[in-house]
Amino acid sequence: MSATPEELKERIEASIPGAVASVTGDGHHFNAVVTAPAFSGLNRLAQHRLVYDVFGSEVGDRIHALSIQTRTSETEATR
Amino acid sequence: MSDTATNPIRDAIQEAITENSVILFMKGTPDAPACGFSARTVAMLQTVGTQFAAVDVLPDPRIRQELSAISNWPTIPQLFVGGALVGGCDIVTEMYESGELHQTLGLEAPDDTQVPAGAPVQSAPMSIENRL
Repeated sequence: MSATPEELKERIEASIPGAVASVTGDGHHFNAVVTAPAFSGLNRLAQHRLVYDVFGSEVGDRIHALSIQTRTSETEATR
Repeated sequence: MSDTATNPIRDAIQEAITENSVILFMKGTPDAPACGFSARTVAMLQTVGTQFAAVDVLPDPRIRQELSAISNWPTIPQLFVGGALVGGCDIVTEMYESGELHQTLGLEAPDDTQVPAGAPVQSAPMSIENRL
């Protein structure tokens, strides 16, 4: 079964404490904008790894491509 | 990793990362990228004007497998500078737009990102002759 943006959003928000995710995609290629206090103090690599880790080996396979933008807070997201 | 295990592909990847100050692992080649994310990353590196080594991961699936094991990063492309993972297309794009990519590569930032402190920001007048 192909993945949906709704599924990715729910799984990101369930796995990363306090995360708010906005996900778009066509079932294969997805773009996720994730805001989470858990990103605070982490560099971008570590922030993106937290999101990739939600899906493990599904990235590159069932989830063909996942673009990520991370934000630490809502205020930063609206800058 | 056990002392007796030999992993020539992983060793070769590690050696390439160590020996090339800027190296991109991508799908396809810079002249013929096989994926939009790889193509965009190549274009950004070429725009900032850096020399870089490129490795096509497609000929052997083990290259990607071993690379991801080394970098703890699941997707392609992957850019390494000075032996360290910088990121994939998303991170390189953010860094390109913020001027950080220039900094990371030891290049001078383009003029339009260096607005002197306190200087009023004005739109430059259109200069027809310079566009040719």
